[in-house]
Amino acid sequence: MQTDATILDFVLPAGGSLSRVCHRASALTLTDLQGGANVCALLYRAEDPLERYCMPDTLKAQHLARLTAGVALYSDMGRVLASIVRDSCGWHDTITGHTTPALLAARWGARSYQQARNDWRQSARELLLVELAKHGLGRRDLVANVNFFTKVAIADDGELTYEMGNSSAGATVTLRFELDTLLILAATPHPLDPATEWSPRPVGVRIAPARPPAEDDPVRGACPENERGFAASEEALR
Amino acid sequence: MSTLSVSERDPALAHLDCELPAGEGWTYELERGAVLRIVDLHGNQAVDTLFFDAHDYANRYSAVDTLREQGSAYLGVGSRLLALDGEPLVSIIADTCGRHDTLGGACSQESNVVRYGAHTRHMHACRNTFLAQALRWGRGLDKRDLSANVNFFMNVPLTPDGGLRFADGISAPGRCVELAAERDTLVLISNCPQLNNPCNGYDPTPVQLLVWSQA
Repeated sequence: MQTDATILDFVLPAGGSLSRVCHRASALTLTDLQGGANVCALLYRAEDPLERYCMPDTLKAQHLARLTAGVALYSDMGRVLASIVRDSCGWHDTITGHTTPALLAARWGARSYQQARNDWRQSARELLLVELAKHGLGRRDLVANVNFFTKVAIADDGELTYEMGNSSAGATVTLRFELDTLLILAATPHPLDPATEWSPRPVGVRIAPARPPAEDDPVRGACPENERGFAASEEALR
Repeated sequence: MSTLSVSERDPALAHLDCELPAGEGWTYELERGAVLRIVDLHGNQAVDTLFFDAHDYANRYSAVDTLREQGSAYLGVGSRLLALDGEPLVSIIADTCGRHDTLGGACSQESNVVRYGAHTRHMHACRNTFLAQALRWGRGLDKRDLSANVNFFMNVPLTPDGGLRFADGISAPGRCVELAAERDTLVLISNCPQLNNPCNGYDPTPVQLLVWSQA
């Protein structure tokens, strides 16, 4: 990873959101600044947002139920939108969704802007929909998201359990973009977070240039499926 | 969620009873209170199914909300299939299979190429059936509305180390699942044509669909 010429480097405040087109040959590094962060993420192909991150295709192509380094994030059109090239966490969830206004109110209590000014409580659903709307997108474009820094453990019988301590202060994950991608982020607690207080965490957001994947790239070479997924992305660039 | 529950509902009283061949689709508006039974006639067939609030298609089935709220990665008797608004569209009220998948998604020509190779590019796939059904149904339904689906009778076990595999089916000829509509719900089914997956023994087969208008 090149470290020169940082494109963007800032702190996404607790409870904040972001939408931005991230270009091929750039990489996003998220840093859990305090520990216990959760970052909801959605990805759309910038030139045609009808093509979007597809959790089922991502999982079944790679025979995975979790995301970590070496994993490609697939669109619903058989192309790799982005790859996780580094990860200090080991597990990022993509099968348990995000908070809604009803869920937030029931679990932690609603707090309006009038009551709390910019410490008001916005669910991930509200934040994601507003960011999507900035790009002409809406509920129909809302699909299963990634929850960076969160692990929901899966038992043999299928029971799902939120795992405490998956991410400590300083944990990082780096996502390299293989196609120009509209990225939507919301730094809000996971819906299964057992904290009694609504406690979103800030995250470091850094976007920097990155080399496109070489022929021997480890994510490309992780499985024959990824070889074909990367080839499909590269074919779309020609 | 592996409890089996047999339905006593009488097929003779169903107001719709049809067979859906593999590779074909079915679109139907279930009124609140109606019951849909899907019968795996020959065993190990995958029945890819989408659900929408019949009065607001953008409020559609959400697999991730459903799994999180039930605390389990598989669907079975008692599963309430939630829409994006967090409320149920349908509930599974009877099941003689034991487990149904909702993380494996529907096959598409594009994902077939990724999974099986370029020679599968022009093979029939569920998302083509969904699109053809959406076009026939009209009312603005299109690709944007194709999101998470249920794969009835399909067995996609997850493992504690974060793996996922497509396993031999646990269904068998005559196994069935029954869904009760909790609100007016639009159902789209693609009876999966997949020829490359062990889930259906590489042999897609017809299923039977029955609807009772009142529970």
